[in-house]
Amino acid sequence: MANSAKPEELIKREYEHGFVTEIEADTFEPGLNEDVIRRLSKIKQEPEFMLEWRLNAYRQWLEMEEPEWAHVNYPKIDYNAVSYYSAPKKKEDMPQSLDDVDPELLKTYEKLGIPLHEREKLAGVAVDAVFDSVSVATTFKDKLADAGVIFCPISEAVQTHPELVEKYLGSVVPAGDNFYACLNSAVFSDGSFVYIPKGVRCPLELSTYFRINAANTGQFERTLIIADEGSYVSYLEGCTAPMRDENQLHAAVVELVALGDAQIKYSTVQNWYPGDENGKGGIYNFVTKRGACLGDYSKISWTQVETGSAVTWKYPSCVLRGDHSVGEFYSVALTNNYQQADTGTKMIHIGKNTSSTIIAKGISAGRSDQSYRGLVRFAPTADNARNFTQCDSLLIGDQCGAHTFPYIESKHQNATLEHEATTSKVSDEQLFLCQQRGIDPEQAVSMIVNGFCKEVFKELPMEFAVEAGKLLEVSLEGAVG
Amino acid sequence: MLSIKNLHASVEGKQILKGIDLEIKAGEVHAIMGPNGSGKSTLSQVLAGNEAFEITEGSIDFEGQDLSELEIEERAREGIFLAFQYPVEIPGVSNIQFLKTAVNAMRTQRGLDEISAPEFMKLAREKAEQVDLDASFLKRGVNEGFSGGEKKRNEIMQALLLEPKLAILDETDSGLDIDALKIVSDGVNALRASDRAIVMVTHYQRLLDHIVPDFVHVLAGGRIIKSGGRELALELEEHGYGWLGIKDANAEA
Ligand SMILES: Nc1ncnc2c1ncn2[C@@H]1O[C@H](COP(=O)(O)OP(=O)(O)OP(=O)(O)O)[C@@H](O)[C@H]1O
Ligand SMILES: [Mg+2]
Repeated sequence: MANSAKPEELIKREYEHGFVTEIEADTFEPGLNEDVIRRLSKIKQEPEFMLEWRLNAYRQWLEMEEPEWAHVNYPKIDYNAVSYYSAPKKKEDMPQSLDDVDPELLKTYEKLGIPLHEREKLAGVAVDAVFDSVSVATTFKDKLADAGVIFCPISEAVQTHPELVEKYLGSVVPAGDNFYACLNSAVFSDGSFVYIPKGVRCPLELSTYFRINAANTGQFERTLIIADEGSYVSYLEGCTAPMRDENQLHAAVVELVALGDAQIKYSTVQNWYPGDENGKGGIYNFVTKRGACLGDYSKISWTQVETGSAVTWKYPSCVLRGDHSVGEFYSVALTNNYQQADTGTKMIHIGKNTSSTIIAKGISAGRSDQSYRGLVRFAPTADNARNFTQCDSLLIGDQCGAHTFPYIESKHQNATLEHEATTSKVSDEQLFLCQQRGIDPEQAVSMIVNGFCKEVFKELPMEFAVEAGKLLEVSLEGAVG
Repeated sequence: MLSIKNLHASVEGKQILKGIDLEIKAGEVHAIMGPNGSGKSTLSQVLAGNEAFEITEGSIDFEGQDLSELEIEERAREGIFLAFQYPVEIPGVSNIQFLKTAVNAMRTQRGLDEISAPEFMKLAREKAEQVDLDASFLKRGVNEGFSGGEKKRNEIMQALLLEPKLAILDETDSGLDIDALKIVSDGVNALRASDRAIVMVTHYQRLLDHIVPDFVHVLAGGRIIKSGGRELALELEEHGYGWLGIKDANAEA
């Protein structure tokens, strides 16, 4: 009899973005001390306050212990074996236009399908691209400037808008928040900065693509988005890295600030190199993402599609201070082979009538292990706060794991909380039905997985919903039989 | 069209089919009857290529091809359709998306372009109506929360949509109310064509009042123990399986 594939055999994947770009780079020797931070700050021509902030963070970090509570396993990281800065060699100044960007870099981004050229088909999306430690190009600057929107590398914002940076940097994720965030605060290299003025609806989707290229380099990007009163912005980040046998560290911090009536929609398509099918190599993705709904009626939505990284430790969160503010978390996480992910969210209700929604979809395949960890906290001040949590796991094959760790801390009597959780499996019978109707087994698995993720995909900006669907398909692609 | 010779098949080491011989030509309708557990569904599943079953002896030839060399989906694209006795649910995947993907898989096989969305919708609505399913079923998850009868009608709708060469209907009549039986029978009769064969597994003679078969076979203990025309079903109805010397499902005839 013709043999056909078991579900678990359909999800062997090839990583598409695994190439290395040959590019001349200035890279620091591995190691971390105050001198490294001073050098970094100097290269970036930072004002004094920035250097002080970094050094302060570094001193705190030295006192901190790496957390071990997450449901993940990896060898101890030697932080002195990591290089804390790598930049493509370029002319004296930052590239002023795309013409100044190294053609090799542009080719890299083309391979990644990132539309750096303004004429490309994703017109309507302004892109900032971060390659190793520096931002290499930001598109559509003029159009954004007309609207008063600031969208630039954070290294540039530190110089051009120091007052905004000084006011808000660390205001949501303080330097000493946690081990990785603290390290990031000391050594962050680049990232994006966004400011949307009062009452402005950002005329474009903003997007940043992060790429780790250099070997033995950590990537510590820092993103800060401030939406002033009554403004709106939708922002998307995408991430890829080459295939390397060594693990690489990525410890980013993202801070969002929404003032009264403002709305921030933050979407992530994370596809860092996950390691090979034996669990060799891959990115350690230890990320702190937090948004503060400072003003009344403000809203922050996190939407994430996570398919990459060897180990993920990530909990995009919302602190709902303003009355009637809203926090949302929509997540699809797919792990395969030996990937490990401990991911989820925190919704901290402080203001009155605050509400939050959590929809988390986890897909585990191969020998991967995935945990959802979610915290919902109602402070004594949070009158009439509400949370809805739905947490679904889909298993492919029988060697993977899925775990759920919901934490609820309620100091308030009249809080409303709903929690739903399901676990299901892609069954042989479902696959047989699809195949009996002429559908390829890979396509069938991808269709089932996409169906499972539908509620989250509909939260993504249109173009990226398509991209995310394709990404899952690629991630699920592989050898049959 | 289909030629089954000395077919033996087992599941989990247990021998179920013990030497089936069956010839089916285009344009014919065959009914397969027989006691519970005699191997009717097993035969259907083996034809469709379910790999839970292992062919231990014998052969299946479909239009000159050795079926055992084809994957499940290749058999489907060659025109073998199985209406399941127990259709599974695929939550979250809409019937429309599922059916459109299936139709396009068939079209690609036949060298046709993919069907456009509006064209497909029109076709799907038409077929849904033919089995008296409201168009809202197209939007629901595949079989998700469908009643037993709705699942069966959904299976027939798929047969109408996919236009197979060989349609195997495994107890598509069971669990249907009288009106639904009529609707499903009309659907099956609409499938009848000179270039298409139909194999119906059923327990009930009454289905054969609606869909008159050319041949009736009785399967017992993994073998076809009697074949005949339409009248065989009537005799069975009258005398029961005991008449053929069968005591229970696993009886050796
Ligand atoms: N996956 C399986 N594992 C173990 N035994 C099985 C499996 N599938 C079928 N069988 C056994 O094979 C025999 C034949 O089953 P089959 O479903 O083909 O019968 P059937 O003729 O279709 O019966 P019914 O009229 O009840 O639908 C039964 O004894 C059944 O228990
Ligand atoms: Mg049966």
